Amino acid sequence: MSTIRNRLLIIGLLLAAAAYALWPRTVTRMEQGPDGEPVEVVEKRIPLKLGLDLQGGMHLAVEIDQSGGPVANPGDALDRAETVIRSRVDEFGVAEPLIQRVGTERIIIELPGITDPAQAKDIVSRSAFLEFRITDMQQQFADALPAIDAALARAGVRPMAGERSRTESAIDLILGTDSADRQSDSTAAESDSTVAESGATSETVFSELLSYQQGGIPGEFLVPEEYQAHADSLIRHPAFQRALPRGLTMFWGDEPISQGARPFFPLYALQSRALITGEELSDAQAQIDQTMNQAVVNFTLTRRGGRVFGRATAENVGNYMAIVLDGRVQGRPPVIRSQISRNGQIELGSSQISDAQDLALVLRAGALPAPIEIVEERTVGPSLGRDSVARGQRAGIVAITLVVVMIALYYRTAGLLAIGGLVFYVIFALGGLAMIDATLTLPGLAGFVLSLGLAVDANVLIFERIREELALNKSPRTAVDSGFQHAMPAIIDANVTTVIMAAFLFQFGTGAVQGFAVTLIIGIVASLLTAVFVTRTFFLIWLQRRSPSAQLSI
Amino acid sequence: MFRLFTDSAYDILSYRRIAYTVAAVFIIPGLIFLAIGGLNFSIEFTGGTLIVIEAHDPAIVAASMRPALQAGGIADPEIQVFGTENEFAIRARLDPEATDENTQQTAEAVAEILTDTFGAGSYTVILTEAVGPKVGGELRQKAVLALVLGFGAIFFYLWMRYEWRFGTAAVLAAMHDIMATFAFLAYLRIEMSLFVVASLLLIVGYSLNDTIVTFDRVRENLRKYRRDKFYGVLNRSINETLPRTVLTSGTTLAASLSLVILGGEVLSGPLMVVTFGIITGTFSSIFIASPILMAIEQRWPGEDVRGAKDIGSAPGTTIVTPKA
Repeated sequence: MSTIRNRLLIIGLLLAAAAYALWPRTVTRMEQGPDGEPVEVVEKRIPLKLGLDLQGGMHLAVEIDQSGGPVANPGDALDRAETVIRSRVDEFGVAEPLIQRVGTERIIIELPGITDPAQAKDIVSRSAFLEFRITDMQQQFADALPAIDAALARAGVRPMAGERSRTESAIDLILGTDSADRQSDSTAAESDSTVAESGATSETVFSELLSYQQGGIPGEFLVPEEYQAHADSLIRHPAFQRALPRGLTMFWGDEPISQGARPFFPLYALQSRALITGEELSDAQAQIDQTMNQAVVNFTLTRRGGRVFGRATAENVGNYMAIVLDGRVQGRPPVIRSQISRNGQIELGSSQISDAQDLALVLRAGALPAPIEIVEERTVGPSLGRDSVARGQRAGIVAITLVVVMIALYYRTAGLLAIGGLVFYVIFALGGLAMIDATLTLPGLAGFVLSLGLAVDANVLIFERIREELALNKSPRTAVDSGFQHAMPAIIDANVTTVIMAAFLFQFGTGAVQGFAVTLIIGIVASLLTAVFVTRTFFLIWLQRRSPSAQLSI
Repeated sequence: MFRLFTDSAYDILSYRRIAYTVAAVFIIPGLIFLAIGGLNFSIEFTGGTLIVIEAHDPAIVAASMRPALQAGGIADPEIQVFGTENEFAIRARLDPEATDENTQQTAEAVAEILTDTFGAGSYTVILTEAVGPKVGGELRQKAVLALVLGFGAIFFYLWMRYEWRFGTAAVLAAMHDIMATFAFLAYLRIEMSLFVVASLLLIVGYSLNDTIVTFDRVRENLRKYRRDKFYGVLNRSINETLPRTVLTSGTTLAASLSLVILGGEVLSGPLMVVTFGIITGTFSSIFIASPILMAIEQRWPGEDVRGAKDIGSAPGTTIVTPKA
């Protein structure tokens, strides 16, 4: 009797532990509100996490992008990238995100419940490297154009076939419409003539692509949109880079602008040395500029950054300063009218406040130390996730019903005891999953349903054994005892092989398959516990209550 | 009392030739199939893009999407109905020299083409997968490692736990199951995903589970029935464990079949593999593992073995014609 009491006590404790792990609890989490700002959501639920495949969301795997040249210390860059991504995701407001280093060169980002994957992807992968650079005030680039053309021609670059006339007409279009304005700016007029002259010679592979914007800023050029890719490939050409005057770097504008009837891409020659970078940023806020009906981001620099920037802008009063974000010039470079210290503004082409909010967010969170590339992406829509859960549940219920009916029919009273054990199995398994904070995935759900089928195996082994012992005319009590005893080696051997398999799956699998492995392992442990301990306790109670001479219903 | 196969006394070992033939007839053409056609690898392994859409416009069918996608520069799109009739899976596999960025762009390009052709709002994207070649390659490596090391560990365990003859027989029976499952994959052209790899491992675990239960009984009976011949002990052991084998297979099959039928598109492929694995695992533990064990004992008799070389009829079995 005392053994039964002790057994019941242990079962009670296990049950209490599982129930505690599964008890619905209140969680507070950050979520994106309707206005794009993070809001706190408080809810009460069972602490079992659903994987991305069940609740919908986005999975990204990113690496440091070394295609544009090797990164000095990739390990360190990845560490810093992880910190930056984490703070960006926190600011973005995602419920229970997961950001994790995997191996030596990859970060995994899981964002459950994301509704706009494109936006989330942009926020995670944007470099957000902000720089302020003075334009080529001395027109060194314009002066060097003939040399650049010659260098490219020597390197074997041929002019694009049939483009000459069109480009010239483009130049004409601009020059013709605004000659007065042009003449007022002597430097621009000077460079104009350079282009016009070189345009007449045969070796104008690069300069023939260029034209000028009205009211030209020194160092600003326009390239017809359809030639942008070609011009970009020429800029990357080693011959171009060799002929480019020292201290200058070429940058494209962020968006095409319309000039006359055609879209052009602005191209800027900027000083290679930046006045200041986004590292000195202390805050950034999005706003709509009412007068221009344009989205802007207002930023504040740190104290130290303010001093550096103040000194640099004081030296450059009257010069044009380009705001470069991720290697693209934002808007047209404004002229520095007076010393700027800690506050400034970035204009965005669009009037969408959401664009400005996203930019302000990534600027606040900081720049990525190196560009990253997305090597894997998985997005599951919320409807598919809900569907999967519903289907999984239905399949699970049908499976449980079938198993229960089979066991009850086959083993009668003993079968009912085993079914009672199955109930405990389900509670223990779910409790175990909650305890180790496992994530439930669709394969995991399948693993759980399958392990139900397997969970009865231990019972079947034991019951068959008891039947055999009874057939040898042993007393029920002895038959039960030796049945449990003799079945043990086979049960242990059989389960060890499955655990070994699951362990290897966990080691080498990815998210969803790991979920499968975890539920299998937990399932096996729980089924062993119920079969050899809980069900046996039921048997002991049963044997005690029935009359010793009666037949065992098994 | 409801009983299955209790006190059965089938001479199961006498069916070994038939069992071997059945296995060979199933496995060999399947493996030839596989050698010619290759495995139908999923995007995870090949790299590429998978987009599943739910169409709201009846004009969206595979026949109308294919030309539009091809015209839009998606070289060789594979379009399949995914689950319900208005859901489609569009796959664009990676060509070998593509870069990571391409899979990203392909996903966007497919969505763009569909919007251009059928109008915005005519469909909803419910699943996107874009896997770069590097990730795909790594995954292939990992899957092979998981399979090889997993099998290796289990085989090692069996050799530790049992005497080598038993271990080898169990391992060979498991090999049979793996080959049969690969043949099954080839016949039905089931997509080889990471989940299917997981299913393969599960099958091996399950099949060994069945074999181990039988072999444990063999070990026990060899001690118990000192006077019986090996052939008889084997048959007796299989018969004694038959009720358990059938019942456990029954409950596990019930669970896996419910998932195949009701679990939805994502689960049906891998769970079909599991279902088949349960069937072949049960078959092999009854009809393959023990005959192999007997063949090994005939060739290299162990200490325990009585009369393995001169196999005769034994108590509990019908009269059999001994193998020459």
